[in-house]
Amino acid sequence: MTLRHASYFLLMAVLLVLVGVLQSWSVAMGLLNMCLISAILALGVNIQWGYAGLFSVGTMGFVALGGLAVVLTSMPPVHEAWSAGGLGVLGGLAIGVLAIIAAVQVHRRMAKGWARLAVQAVVVIGGFFLYRAVLDPAVDAIEGTNTAVAGYLGGAGMPVILSWVVGGLLAAGAAWVIGKVSLGLRSDYLAIATLGISETIVAIMKNEDWLSRGVRNVNGLPRPVPYEVNLQNNPDFVAWAQSFGFDAVEGSSIFVKACYAVIFVVVLALIMWLSERAWNSPWGRMMRAIRDNETAAKAMGKDVKKRHLQVFILGSAVCGIAGAMLVTLDGLLTPATYQPLRFTFLIWVMVIVGGSGNNWGAVLGGFLIWFLWIEVEPIGIWAITNLTAAMPEDSGLRAHLLDSAAHVRLLTMGIILLLVLRFAPRGLIPER
Amino acid sequence: MDFLNALVLLGNFVLIPAISYGSQLALGALGITLIYGILRFSHFAHGDVMAFGTMAVILVTWWLQGMGVSIDPLPTALLALPVGIAVAAGLLLGTDRTIYRFYRKVKAPPIVVVMASLGVMFVVNGLVRFIIGPDDQNFADGARFLFTVRDFKEATGLDEGLGLRWSQLITIVVTLAVMSGLFWFLNRTRTGKSMRAFSDNEDLALLSGINPERVVAVTWLIVAVLVTVAGTLYGLDKSFKPFTYFQLLLPMFAAAILGGMGNPLGAVAGAYIIALSEVGVTYAFRKFFQYLLPESMEPSGLMQLLSTDYKFAVSFVLLVFVLLFRPTGLFKGQSI
Repeated sequence: MTLRHASYFLLMAVLLVLVGVLQSWSVAMGLLNMCLISAILALGVNIQWGYAGLFSVGTMGFVALGGLAVVLTSMPPVHEAWSAGGLGVLGGLAIGVLAIIAAVQVHRRMAKGWARLAVQAVVVIGGFFLYRAVLDPAVDAIEGTNTAVAGYLGGAGMPVILSWVVGGLLAAGAAWVIGKVSLGLRSDYLAIATLGISETIVAIMKNEDWLSRGVRNVNGLPRPVPYEVNLQNNPDFVAWAQSFGFDAVEGSSIFVKACYAVIFVVVLALIMWLSERAWNSPWGRMMRAIRDNETAAKAMGKDVKKRHLQVFILGSAVCGIAGAMLVTLDGLLTPATYQPLRFTFLIWVMVIVGGSGNNWGAVLGGFLIWFLWIEVEPIGIWAITNLTAAMPEDSGLRAHLLDSAAHVRLLTMGIILLLVLRFAPRGLIPER
Repeated sequence: MDFLNALVLLGNFVLIPAISYGSQLALGALGITLIYGILRFSHFAHGDVMAFGTMAVILVTWWLQGMGVSIDPLPTALLALPVGIAVAAGLLLGTDRTIYRFYRKVKAPPIVVVMASLGVMFVVNGLVRFIIGPDDQNFADGARFLFTVRDFKEATGLDEGLGLRWSQLITIVVTLAVMSGLFWFLNRTRTGKSMRAFSDNEDLALLSGINPERVVAVTWLIVAVLVTVAGTLYGLDKSFKPFTYFQLLLPMFAAAILGGMGNPLGAVAGAYIIALSEVGVTYAFRKFFQYLLPESMEPSGLMQLLSTDYKFAVSFVLLVFVLLFRPTGLFKGQSI
């Protein structure tokens, strides 16, 4: 990292401090936390795109799976729901998985022809109806128990930090299945296939209420840090906060966010260290060789398909971890908020702007783009308010412009991406 | 009689909606496949350009409605269509001039151009939301039904009815007209032939004196017509919401890939397959089987394969399944 690149990070720090001075320290800390998570997400995408050149736009799906992992790991189990339909759901899912395995085995074992197709059709269709027959009554039973607050199976009741690991594993498992099916596809085809998969994952999370309450959301997730209310009731803490010049409410909010920030920095540093090690290892050189010339790498005896699968799983796992951290920070899981513009394409902008193929670049991109994503809105409103100050108070155009100012951020992101692609195609911190 | 009732039921709830939805998808997918064939990249901004053209149509429609212009029973939006096409053409030619042409000149790899189209996607998406807002907009007017379910029942004496909305009829008629126009253009005119030559073999086409900039400009003009018509028809049939149009990207691409990228006929076939399976898989077939099967065998459940929220999953599963067995789509497509 040269002096110039280090100065980018310094500038980023100055920007965050500026927010603290101009807006409030609580806002600045919140921004910092999201920047840290974005940096991890960008690292995940960088592993797939920068290391191996995989054009996968399914990031949103893995982030959502990470969020699901938090619910499945940390919420207390709902015992009534388990006794009402737990076995049925497990049985139904087992039947579904067995049917798919059976169909794959039929495909492998039998000779090609109409007979194989017929047997496969029977296995798949029969398996589907059997799966629905076992699953449906169990799901109805679960969703019927105490619908207002539960209506789902609950989680394992384990510490919430553990869910970050589980999120990574869940995303990795999904990536294995998805990669097996779709990594053989050509670049653009892979993009559409992964886009479709991510939409499907979110659709499942929205609809399968027995799993995570669907669009009724799960809130009140456990936290790895103290609650603000407890801090505000603690006289020692209040006195401590006042010694810095903050009142109890603001002090507690900043303290909680700072606790999150410390944990996130540790996770980011760990992933960053591993990524750098991987990048500089023989494995990293092999990945770049595959990325730059697949045919030559194949000729050298590298198993391209297997390496692609490996790097796809690793990148997805990192995205899953970030997704779990995000939901932990929010304290609630809202499947409806997962939108491709925000959770897939924005992450791509981070990687491209920061510098694909450079981990430091990805981190910088994560910080910078998230900062702009949030701060462009108040700046836009401020600018429009000033620009339209000369217009009469009741002007329809002025009201419309003020209402629309919030959408300036999409415009800004697009323009930044286009400018970087044109004038600095290798990003702010290019690959070495 | 029962058999007829079952057919009418299927027609009303599956076939007609699927055909009109499929027509809208087909127009969109044709645009994607043309861009892929001639400009050689996946145009991710397609859904948003569609929203942009439709937005122009809506604004002009509102202005016309305000002036008291009406072509009842047809929707006023049809009058506004040429303006919308012109606006979309302006946008597409403008982005080509400022953005894509540079990458053509430096012969950038396709993936870089795809990234650029992601940038355009963000910009256009932001523009649409900035101008018309992110909410649902209704701009359909004119008569709603050509004939309603009740009219049909009274006329035929069947238990089940078949309703046809004007928007559905317009969709089908306009799509047929635009598609036959496009295929006539591609197969019969000199410019169309040079476009196909350019798509088949760029170097050979350049060698024979075809002007690439002209081919590209004509392609964008055709795409402007296709997306604006598709977007307007979709908006008349359902409603206009920028986010929905962005999401149409997935089924449109799925249709184009399913049929084979760069193959116009394939895109049309793919679109109808996607639409039929999306509607069919999420329709509850219970009543349909009640008519067909004897009482003792009547189904007890809804006979719905998947809930309607899974329609994106349908296009995606179909896509992956076909690609596994035919990597370049049903009709032979290109792969860059």
